[in-house]
Amino acid sequence: MPVKGPIASGPLLAVSNLTKLFGSFAACNAINLHIEPGEIHALLGENGAGKSTLVKMLFGVLAPTAGEILWMGDNVRIGSPGDARKLGIGMVFQHFSLFEALTVAENIALSMDRSISLARVAEEASRLSHVYGLPLDPNAHVADLSVGERQRIEIVRALLQNPQLIILDEPTSVLTPQEADRLFETLLKLKAEGRSVLYISHRLEEVQRICDRATVLRHGKVTGACDPRAETPASLARMMVGNDVAVVTSEGTNTKGDVQLEARHLSVAARTPFAVSLKDVCLKVKAGEVLAIAGVAGNGQSELFDALSGEYPVADDNAVQIRQKPVGTRNINARRLMGAGFVPEERHGHAAVSSLSLSDNLVLARNQSDKRAFLGGGFLKIIRQGAVKAATKRISEAMDVRKSGEDPPAGSLSGGNLQKFIVGRELDRQPAVLIVNQPTWGVDAGAASRIRQALVDLAKAGSAVLVISQDLDEIFEVATEIAVICEGRLSDPYPARELSREKIGLLMGGMHGKTEGAGAAHAH
Amino acid sequence: MRIELERRPKVSALFSILSPFIAFALTIVFGGIMFALLGKNPVAALYSFFVEPLSEVWSLHELAIKAAPLILIGVGLSVCFRSNNWNIGAEGQFIMGAIAGSILPVVFYDWQSPLMLPLMLVLGMIGGALFAAIPAFLKAHMNTNEILTSLMLVYVAQLFLDWLVRGPWRNPEGMNFPETRTFGADAILPEMLASGRTHWGFAFAIIAALAVWFMMRYTLRGFEITVLGQSERAGRFAGFSSRKMIWFSMLFSGALAGLAGISEVSGAIQQLRPVISPGYGFTAIIVAFLGRLNPLGIIAAGLVLALTYLGGEAAQLSIGVSDKVTRVFQGLLLFFVLSCDTLIHYRIRLVRERFAALKTDEAH
Ligand SMILES: Nc1ncnc2c1ncn2[C@@H]1O[C@H](COP(=O)(O)OP(=O)(O)OP(=O)(O)O)[C@@H](O)[C@H]1O
Ligand SMILES: [Mg+2]
Repeated sequence: MPVKGPIASGPLLAVSNLTKLFGSFAACNAINLHIEPGEIHALLGENGAGKSTLVKMLFGVLAPTAGEILWMGDNVRIGSPGDARKLGIGMVFQHFSLFEALTVAENIALSMDRSISLARVAEEASRLSHVYGLPLDPNAHVADLSVGERQRIEIVRALLQNPQLIILDEPTSVLTPQEADRLFETLLKLKAEGRSVLYISHRLEEVQRICDRATVLRHGKVTGACDPRAETPASLARMMVGNDVAVVTSEGTNTKGDVQLEARHLSVAARTPFAVSLKDVCLKVKAGEVLAIAGVAGNGQSELFDALSGEYPVADDNAVQIRQKPVGTRNINARRLMGAGFVPEERHGHAAVSSLSLSDNLVLARNQSDKRAFLGGGFLKIIRQGAVKAATKRISEAMDVRKSGEDPPAGSLSGGNLQKFIVGRELDRQPAVLIVNQPTWGVDAGAASRIRQALVDLAKAGSAVLVISQDLDEIFEVATEIAVICEGRLSDPYPARELSREKIGLLMGGMHGKTEGAGAAHAH
Repeated sequence: MRIELERRPKVSALFSILSPFIAFALTIVFGGIMFALLGKNPVAALYSFFVEPLSEVWSLHELAIKAAPLILIGVGLSVCFRSNNWNIGAEGQFIMGAIAGSILPVVFYDWQSPLMLPLMLVLGMIGGALFAAIPAFLKAHMNTNEILTSLMLVYVAQLFLDWLVRGPWRNPEGMNFPETRTFGADAILPEMLASGRTHWGFAFAIIAALAVWFMMRYTLRGFEITVLGQSERAGRFAGFSSRKMIWFSMLFSGALAGLAGISEVSGAIQQLRPVISPGYGFTAIIVAFLGRLNPLGIIAAGLVLALTYLGGEAAQLSIGVSDKVTRVFQGLLLFFVLSCDTLIHYRIRLVRERFAALKTDEAH
């Protein structure tokens, strides 16, 4: 039975002059928007445009400063996510709120009325997941699941409340292409039932593929609405950014120098039951090279990053070499002192501490490598706030980090802007070796091209750059060499020019004489 | 129907500052109700509990004496708590510090030297730190929960002290009382001011609070404590070791608790007895939270909690209620501090939503 449609044919949801101020900064400025029943509506905009802020207001997570929300024609006040759910609004956040130690059914039950038995929840959830093609085992432990499966839990959890509007905030940035395809099928099915979807994404191709209408935000204001199918990715990008998005250029030759980063038969046992072990990984990155490591998420990328960065040193000192010195047993700061810089994948709670200011987050990464500039007072090691703040300002300007104050907490920056800061924090040092895991995760087209250009330029200037990425477009834009990681094994590197997408696809699917496609299957 | 805590969209800065004061006011109100239920005039009772002790010079000195260990321990605990290490056993570290510091005046009682006192203080700190090293080791290397181990070790320390003063350290000239010898003149922490009994322990407390305030606010070490308390993973990225932080914070708070212990024994009691603390180590946990884990706030909070000890004694004498009301007041205060903080971050909602299962059976 399809959902009972809203009365008459008015919009399902309309907002008028919705405004959110943080201090005097308008994250959303008099936004007008309406969503029709049964449409997939895209919300586009560069980093910090106010997309997340807008949907958080619709879901009752943030309270609007001014403006109205009309739900099926009625003026409503959404004071909490509970209110939103009651109205029929469901939301899937980008950062999931699941308990790893609990099962799928237990996690779903937690968000519901306690009087319902776990068995009923499990039954209901597995029925729904069946109907919408979201395969889920209610008895599986969340810790064992891939990111895509975890997202399915969130979607099923939202569906259980029988919503008429489902909001998805950057759902695909963490998914593999296969998982994303499956998500699109689900969304189309929801649409066919007369439900509406509000969809936030930086991936313009997928917006064109599934969305019926798009609203574009810039600096907190609506700057346009369009039919995405009538546009090109370039024209959409222009609407978002206000001008053309620069194409990453790698003109001029990279002069290759000595090997700056090397892994020699690096093997690391899995640290937790859910981690991947690294098996005999060998790689070399010369000065002037960008080696990109492609692969489906969960095939050992973060484990490789941990071993190369020294966050988890390895037993064999020779297994990792930076500038031809063995560093396998040294910690991350020792490696930084030798000229290496690191950008981890997870922003909150790894690359940055959300509650601390940007300047504190600068000290986080550079407290040893820049101790001359940032620390004073001899053994007391007093942090020189003046110098740190000046450097923060410099980095924010260089990377065009948009923020709501001089030195706001990292958690108040939009996802993409924080990423720009975290990358800029390393580029600012001109590291001889830079290791980046997922450099443009959740970053808008303009900023992504800026970050990629910076990586290319860094290599041109004579640094060795290692990029771990899931995004093949990104890899072809920046890489001079490409290798593929699968189940903790790394393939030989190939010059980027000689490699086609098909070849990479084959390598990603398991290259060591195993069945084709095993890699993709493994990730689920 | 159930009660749910829901995160507030915005945390009020004003109420964050006011919270300790609101908690204190609520404590007074409920304390008054309690006195009324006990059949006393609440105003008079509250007056004798909270105001009378502040009205005379000698009682102000008593206040400082009681506040000193609370502040000293609370400051150490604030470092622990901020770095996400939950040392609940400061009471035990206090006792072990007192015992270690008393080795010289009790065992080597005929040694006379100006070095006696400084050595005692150092031994006191070492004693407290070593006792805190046990839960630190268990957490850092065995992954044990420090809340349980440090708490259980309190009873070990209490019973060890009891055994010492009844057994090997009992004063041979003391008519079989369970006490050690009284300390010699060299072993007594002198008074700070001419006007009364306040000993140097109070100065130690203030110095420790200022030093920790400086450390937390300006130095890389303070930054490390904050970062590791917020996110171990980010701390690792910064090159900080959470294992070393376990050791640092536990030893540091243990040493301050030990210093508090030996200062109390040497300055106020001047011998060891089976019981040397009215629960300072536990009350200091309230002090740390009431002071918002900020060393300057802890000075103020230490004075407030010291007042509850004095007030309990005063109320016992003047209006004849049990001095257990001290504990009641401390409990009320902790309860209100924690609930005010919770309500600043969350609001309470009564939820009565029904299960809205999706009716899509036929859609399939
Ligand atoms: N709690 C907050 N306090 C202060 N400023 C905030 C807060 N939350 C968001 N902002 C600011 O509001 C602006 C909009 O942020 P928002 O998260 O909505 O951006 P976004 O469009 O979702 O961007 P992205 O694509 O990077 O996720 C940003 O400039 C951000 O710094
Ligand atoms: Mg966002």
